[in-house]
Amino acid sequence: QEKETVSPERAEEAKLKAKYPNLGQKPGGSDFLMKRLQKGQKYFDSGDYNMAKAKMKNKQLPSMGPDKNLVTGDHIPTPQDLPQRKSSLVTSKLAG
Amino acid sequence: SLAADIISTVEFNHSGELLATGDKGGRVVIFQQEQENKTQSHSRGEYNVYSTFQSHEPEFDYLKSLEIEEKINKIRWLPQKNAAQFLLSTNDKTIKLWKISERDKRPEGYNLKEEDGRYRDPTTVTTLRVPVFRPMDLMVEASPRRIFANAHTYHINSISINSDYETYLSADDLRINLWHLEITDRSFNIVDIKPANMEELTEVITAAEFHPNSCNTFVYSSSKGTIRLCDMRASALCDRHSKLFEEPEDPSNRSFFSEIISSISDVKFSHSGRYMMTRDYLSVKIWDLNMENRPVETYQVHEYLRSKLCSLYENDCIFDKFECCWNGSDSIVMTGSYNNFFRMFDRNTKRDVTLEASRENNKPRTVLKPRKVCASGKRKKDEISVDSLDFNKKILHTAWHPKENIIAVATTNNLYIFQDKMN
Repeated sequence: QEKETVSPERAEEAKLKAKYPNLGQKPGGSDFLMKRLQKGQKYFDSGDYNMAKAKMKNKQLPSMGPDKNLVTGDHIPTPQDLPQRKSSLVTSKLAG
Repeated sequence: SLAADIISTVEFNHSGELLATGDKGGRVVIFQQEQENKTQSHSRGEYNVYSTFQSHEPEFDYLKSLEIEEKINKIRWLPQKNAAQFLLSTNDKTIKLWKISERDKRPEGYNLKEEDGRYRDPTTVTTLRVPVFRPMDLMVEASPRRIFANAHTYHINSISINSDYETYLSADDLRINLWHLEITDRSFNIVDIKPANMEELTEVITAAEFHPNSCNTFVYSSSKGTIRLCDMRASALCDRHSKLFEEPEDPSNRSFFSEIISSISDVKFSHSGRYMMTRDYLSVKIWDLNMENRPVETYQVHEYLRSKLCSLYENDCIFDKFECCWNGSDSIVMTGSYNNFFRMFDRNTKRDVTLEASRENNKPRTVLKPRKVCASGKRKKDEISVDSLDFNKKILHTAWHPKENIIAVATTNNLYIFQDKMN
């Protein structure tokens, strides 16, 4: 009998789908590209943040999902989530 | 080592005498080749630091509450017209034209000023003299001459100077704009692929470049592995391409990864203008501008990674954007890989080589030893197995001197300059 060899790419795809069964069919598509366009920039809206705090009072704010870069649903980035703004450095290492 | 030191772009100027690097901290460092040493005829001049300056600063877009990175995405040199040098540098949002000029003399002997700049009391002046220029230690100054801002909603990935040397293009994920180097308050939009409904977005622009000789022609590549060639004479808005370059895909081989690894990370015309080269995740392809349906040459950069795509997707390496470059005579192409490896392909002999940019394995002035990766099976002596590769050591940026066999290779934090052995 002939044994059908699976292409390495297909084998890798099977591995990925086994790990993440909820992975969508196509990796492309608007969600994927939207994330790319945002390029992981997080942003903080003080109005939203304070309204959410007032609304929720005793409840916890929804925490971040595994993907820190994607802002979805009710998750409001908090000041602690934002990357610290770096200060400019004067000399480059290449300049010695 | 500091994150701000990460080199993000490398570019020789038109003569090859100067080499510019940009980094994540928004700085530009320019190296200059020493004049050839007449006594040491077997080596070309070394590159030493010529000028460094802060090109871009981190910014905050208050309206959108977005931080704008100062990282220099691209540097492009203008051809030299006078004593000064000019280059364009860009971050995600703003392009700047920099003038780099030398000062090697200063005026001395003013009548009303002391040498340290303080003003003299005019009543103490009894004789007059004519100020003269005296030599001083060379000072290299960089000053921003033009700032081209507020034309890009999305992140700029490419800039390219037209062969007319008056205009240039800037490309972001969805749009391409045409600028005049003298005019900063307006630009023309020449490509717009933003769909009316963002839910319908299927591809983004990944790179763009002007043709080296035809000032009306440019190309742009996409995340779906296509290249479009546009002619600005056809219409003001070049949304309809003149040519579409795409290699047909075998549908039976399609997988979850197919589109991601087909995304083109760089496109470069040959110096001749007859060919263009594209880099996707696993290969380098050479296209004849006269043939749209497939590339004329394909070179595998690191095919052994095809059976590692699952973990490369998980650690995001599959999204790494490698650049590629031609040598001066268009006979050799070069691109980077992982483990600080870089690859060269000779188009004539069809030979290829893998070299490594690292201090541990190469002493200065010694010949680089070719490397070999063992994909599977028994690893031979001196071979490196795929699983031992360091995926954090990536060479994304390389450049080739326009005339000589001198190459610049950027690892994460270091710049290596190699030249071929002269007899």
